[in-house]
Amino acid sequence: MSKISLTNVRHSYLTEPKTDADWALKEMSVDWSDGGAYALLGPSGCGKTTLLNIISGLLTPTEGEVWFGDEEVSEMPPDQRNIAQVFQFPVVYDTMTVYDNLAFPLRNRGLSEPEIDGKVREIADMLDLAETLMTRASGLTADGKQKISLGRGLVRSDVNVIMFDEPLTVIDPHLKWVLRSKLKELHQKIGTTMIYVTHDQTEALTFADQVVVMQEGEVVQIGTPVDLFERPQHTFVGHFIGSPGMNVLGCSVDQGQPVFGGAPVAMSKKIGAYDANARLEIGIRPEFISFADQGIPVQIEKISDAGRFSIVETRHGDDVIKLLVPDGGAFPSDQAFLTFDPDHTHVYANDWVVTRGAYG
Amino acid sequence: MDNKTTNPKAWFFVLPVVVLVAFNAVIPLMTVVNYSVQETFGDNIFFWEGVKWFETVLNSERFHASLGRQLIFTSIILAIEVPLGVAIALTMPKKGVWVSVCLVLMAMPLLIPWNVVGAMWNIFALPDIGLLGHSINALGIDYNFTRQPFAAWFTTILMDVWHWTSLVVLLAYAGLRSIPDAYYQAAKIDGAKPWAVFRYIQLPKMKRVLTIAILLRFMDSFMIYTEPFVLTGGGPGNSTTFLSIDLVKVALGQFDLGPAAAMSLIYFLIVLLVSWVFYTLMMKDEDQ
Repeated sequence: MSKISLTNVRHSYLTEPKTDADWALKEMSVDWSDGGAYALLGPSGCGKTTLLNIISGLLTPTEGEVWFGDEEVSEMPPDQRNIAQVFQFPVVYDTMTVYDNLAFPLRNRGLSEPEIDGKVREIADMLDLAETLMTRASGLTADGKQKISLGRGLVRSDVNVIMFDEPLTVIDPHLKWVLRSKLKELHQKIGTTMIYVTHDQTEALTFADQVVVMQEGEVVQIGTPVDLFERPQHTFVGHFIGSPGMNVLGCSVDQGQPVFGGAPVAMSKKIGAYDANARLEIGIRPEFISFADQGIPVQIEKISDAGRFSIVETRHGDDVIKLLVPDGGAFPSDQAFLTFDPDHTHVYANDWVVTRGAYG
Repeated sequence: MDNKTTNPKAWFFVLPVVVLVAFNAVIPLMTVVNYSVQETFGDNIFFWEGVKWFETVLNSERFHASLGRQLIFTSIILAIEVPLGVAIALTMPKKGVWVSVCLVLMAMPLLIPWNVVGAMWNIFALPDIGLLGHSINALGIDYNFTRQPFAAWFTTILMDVWHWTSLVVLLAYAGLRSIPDAYYQAAKIDGAKPWAVFRYIQLPKMKRVLTIAILLRFMDSFMIYTEPFVLTGGGPGNSTTFLSIDLVKVALGQFDLGPAAAMSLIYFLIVLLVSWVFYTLMMKDEDQ
């Protein structure tokens, strides 16, 4: 077990990448500390799986280095890297029993049968597979098969990292939650580094200590779920995480103060340096906007009841601003005014946050 | 569900197919059944003979000999074509332009009419002017498929392997292509050696297509007629007289319609029985 580092890694599936778009993975350096629970979050096609395959060794990056502890493994095949991977669709060896499936990686590594037996039974107990141990693996349900895939990683004592590539895609909704808590529990018990790829924010935020958000082959933010919520570093993080996503409103800056709709917006943080020609925007989550007696004048367009709160869609000029009103909150009848929470208002230049102290 | 409605009129929907099957299969077969239990001297005059022709055929040494040759031939064909087909499929490229090139090359022998294949190999294997026959003789090996039973068998089998291995290749290739990449990746991570990948991933995933391939090759090779007929005519002597060649000799050569009909039915039942048993055994685990 060791720390995993990616140094200046870049990857393209083309032999001669020319434009920016040819790179499936833009240059990045990321460290994964030993024993961490990470989630790789991003929309389909953003390069999550590419990044995962580079760590596992199924892909060799076009540029850059992959380090496991003090050893460079960039060119090393997956079986020598001591990693385990659970795929989107359950992979089981159909003709074998559950027991033989779990024993397979150990037998391939030449362990003795008594050793294998002990390990297999230990893991089977952990995964609640003990009762089905002697049945054919092909007869199991999708969640049972996914447990076997995971078990084949867990039986090995030399595993550096276990990677999950959207492992709950084919699992019934009511079992997803069960499996997810099982996973969390296992992580606490065995302490192996885990990297969990998903495009589902709930999965990512509940599983991980650290979430790596990706967009178009680029890592846009690495942080705890709270960081991503309160301090989105990129407008994409704001959009992608949260429901509904962050409001992003075009603005200008006058004497270090953002101006929206002709009026200055109060902010508890200072704006840092940015490119003079940059496109400037205010980012504020619906959770941090409230109705007030004065402020930004808006028209209420739509109210949707979402249970414990209502999502209110308002309009100011061409901009749509969404806010959350807790259940039982009053709605102004005619002309309404909004105020933004100064602690959670950020300014973005060309999509990247420029509010100083906004991150960390 | 108990609230199913039963409407006997639904049977009318199956009627067209019943009529079709009756005309193209059942009625012609009944003619054969008719001949197999009667004796005729022409003029549509029949005499009841019961199971006499079946006894004659089943006790005839000639039938035993051709059935034996047929079984050996089919066994050899399957033993060569199935492993060879799988091996070729495994070495075929997985993507790129060469895929289509390989597929077209593989499909080529399957497109050639049976009697053309026979004629081709007849000329190809002629000891004096044929490329194959002449070359073998030039190596110092005495080879003449029209005179030596072994050479005749060798040529017939070689011809069948050339003609039909492609079918196994195409089916096995289709089976291999349907295996998701994740299986290979998982095997790599589990540290599986190439043999284990073949044994635990590729072979199980090819099971269905291989079952079909073996069935098709069994039925086709068991009923083989045209190619050996054109190549060797069943000779030298009777050495390559397989079941269907013998059947034609009995039916059209000697005009023994009763024994020929009985032989046809026995022949048909063997093919049916073997196919059914084989298919049932192969599919036994699938239902679980």
